[in-house]
Amino acid sequence: MTIYWDLLSTFFKMGLFTFGGGYAMLPLLQREVVEKKKWATEAELMDYYAIGQSTPGIIAVNTASFVGYFQGGLLGAIAATIGLVLPSIMIILVVASVLHQLTDFAWLDHAFAGIRVAVSALVSFSVYKLGKAGIADTFGLVWALLTFAAIAFLKLSPIWIVAVSFVLGNVLRRREGDRAS
Amino acid sequence: MILFQLFSAFFKIGLFTLGGGYAMLALIQQEIVRYGWMTPQEFVDVVGIAEVTPGPIAVNAATFVGFRTAGVQGALVATGAVVLPSLISVMIVSRVWARYKNSHIVQNMFAGIRPVVVGLVGAAAVLVGLATFRSLSSGIHGLYTLVLGGLTFYGVAFRKWDPIKVLVGAALIGLIVYR
Repeated sequence: MTIYWDLLSTFFKMGLFTFGGGYAMLPLLQREVVEKKKWATEAELMDYYAIGQSTPGIIAVNTASFVGYFQGGLLGAIAATIGLVLPSIMIILVVASVLHQLTDFAWLDHAFAGIRVAVSALVSFSVYKLGKAGIADTFGLVWALLTFAAIAFLKLSPIWIVAVSFVLGNVLRRREGDRAS
Repeated sequence: MILFQLFSAFFKIGLFTLGGGYAMLALIQQEIVRYGWMTPQEFVDVVGIAEVTPGPIAVNAATFVGFRTAGVQGALVATGAVVLPSLISVMIVSRVWARYKNSHIVQNMFAGIRPVVVGLVGAAAVLVGLATFRSLSSGIHGLYTLVLGGLTFYGVAFRKWDPIKVLVGAALIGLIVYR
């Protein structure tokens, strides 16, 4: 099996089971990309996600392209992206051609309610796993809590927080390193 | 002509989307209204469907609008256009990244950014979790929601359940208990 086919089929699965924003894809990425395929470590996944968040484009597509690119170059990125969007195209084409009124799909709402509950629980556990891999010290913990508060209470845009953290994190860490040496 | 319009509109939408899909929906609505592709009511339906069908919301919306506007060709063009900016920006960033990955500054940058990702996803989990619970908490539904949420968390945290199987199971349970 070539890497391109592998990327395409793996991300096809993720496109098929991602409900919601980019965050909803994380539990699947952790299972398929980190644990099963070992295409990235938990820390690398966080890097892709952070960069995906702050570069133009849809976060899920950006993350897929990063994983694909580092496994198989440009073709790898394209294979992962096609895999990710293929389920959307197939499902939406079917839905759009049979659907005339949203009420035809009331049962879908009930299934989706169950999915939303599961996604919330899945993502909560993802946060725990990310925390274990990404928070190394008290400084990191404080930074994570500040980010949480800025997003949840102040409704700041993630892009600015990511940008500021890139710079500030570097300055503070370097100073810490100087003190240690 | 319409295909070209779809391409340029959705390329722009993909390019100017930074962050979540919801920021993009406002932009999509703006473009749709500009070209007169759909009524606002139809767009509300599109958003509703994009949310409940699998796949990134923005990609779903692009496919739907493209299809309604210019058939299967339109769907393919709009979807291709909306992901193209991602591919281009990832190509550029990856090249630079691959070259400087091992430098001290870049490593420090990423060590600094990881806690931020934890905070970002944590906030999403709490906000989405609260909204979900609030919308599914009336009467007996509240109990189902607590049990289903608790069971899911227990399964993935302590029993290593496969997220995909969990989602399929939750959809089936949802069909029955949220009727």
